[in-house]
Amino acid sequence: MSKKGFLHSSIGKKFVMGLTGLFLISFLVIHVSLNSAIFFNDNGATFNAGADFMAHNPVIRILEIGLFAGLILHIFQALILTLENRKARPIAYAQVNGAANSKWYSRSMGILGSLLLIFLVVHLSHFWIDTKVAVFSHQEHNTYEEMKVVFSHWYVVLIYVIGVGSLLFHILHGFPSAFQTLGINHKKYTPLIKKIGIWFSIIVCILFAAMPITMFLGLIK
Amino acid sequence: MEHGNMNLTLKVWKQKNKDAKGKFETYDAKGISPDMSFLEMFDVVNEKLISDGKEPVAFDHDCREGICGMCSMYINGRPHGPKGGVTTCQLHMRSFKDGDTIVVEPWRSAAFPVIKDLAVDRSSFDRIMAAGGFVSVNTGNAKDANNILIPKYDADTAFDAAACIGCGACVAACKNSSAMLFVSAKVSQLSLLPQGQIEKQDRVLNMVKQMDEEGFGNCTNTGACEAECPKSISLENIARMNREYTGASFTQNKV
Repeated sequence: MSKKGFLHSSIGKKFVMGLTGLFLISFLVIHVSLNSAIFFNDNGATFNAGADFMAHNPVIRILEIGLFAGLILHIFQALILTLENRKARPIAYAQVNGAANSKWYSRSMGILGSLLLIFLVVHLSHFWIDTKVAVFSHQEHNTYEEMKVVFSHWYVVLIYVIGVGSLLFHILHGFPSAFQTLGINHKKYTPLIKKIGIWFSIIVCILFAAMPITMFLGLIK
Repeated sequence: MEHGNMNLTLKVWKQKNKDAKGKFETYDAKGISPDMSFLEMFDVVNEKLISDGKEPVAFDHDCREGICGMCSMYINGRPHGPKGGVTTCQLHMRSFKDGDTIVVEPWRSAAFPVIKDLAVDRSSFDRIMAAGGFVSVNTGNAKDANNILIPKYDADTAFDAAACIGCGACVAACKNSSAMLFVSAKVSQLSLLPQGQIEKQDRVLNMVKQMDEEGFGNCTNTGACEAECPKSISLENIARMNREYTGASFTQNKV
């Protein structure tokens, strides 16, 4: 047994990546479900009710801290692993035919993750900060009206579509990869996990991308 | 000396020793037969270099029938060249076209320092094996062959893992220079059999520890190793090692 322990081993570090990744994916389920309430097209009544519940429920507030902790751990661990991986090949190949043996997005998790992080900063500054200010100053906050204002600019919609696109390819690899890292690989279940991963990624990302697009086009009033 | 009618241009990595700075040299390979192996093509080039009084290209080889794991060339951006499931020695020149320019590099990994040109030092694999890649057997009379019964499926799966020849193509193919496919194949071939069960926990802990100390990168499940492996070792072995390592880390009694 390594004196440094499990979390310092290469497998342990990947284990943390897989676990936090799946945890962040579970958050996407909640996020996309609640936000899909805008598609009721009832001037945001259902959506705002849901948003209000989320903003004031103590359980959700505690989970939010866990979510940020998971996110920071995921990013921090990714940085350490990337630096180690760079060190493992000091002289690069002159010619690499990566397309012959793997998917481009499986080799680009760092770039996709960085794009996601930039998008996340923009996204949080659009909605999360305003919501928090309203909660702590005990004011009414109409998140739905704010969405309409934010998504009235074409360039914001473009940034969101690019952000969601990065998410699509990040979880397209991340979803099945997390299971493999946790040691789950089975002749019968792995093909199923891969299929679920593809459909999950596509459905979640289409729903997310549809939100700014439909609002910008005025389909959701 | 004419062998055939293929004429090729080779861009080959030349490096004097571990610490020297390497660079590409261009060689002409003339009169190559399409039925030659890639290594035989190099033999022709080297003979010409020697007769011209120049230094030949150093490369590793031994059995030349795809079972020893010595040959190790990174050809046109892929370990063991463009064909799947073969080693460099089994790669025929008919896989290339007359007039092609072929780029040949050594395995590139901090854990595989270049000895000279295309030959790399893979003793890091040996040290991983020495850390636990064995079954301890006390000497004595040979046991009856049917003393320990092994289910057919286990025997087959262990044998599939044991097909690994330790060439290092998995490390060469991996964008992170990870040795997970090699180590997991060796862990699996032993732990799947009853004789290997006794030392199962110590084995996986010690071999992974040695792997990390040798400076290999971390697995990101791109699957490049499995796709490039000349023996088609499965990613299932990596998942098995992840399971065994995690389990052993949290259940082992020795601290």
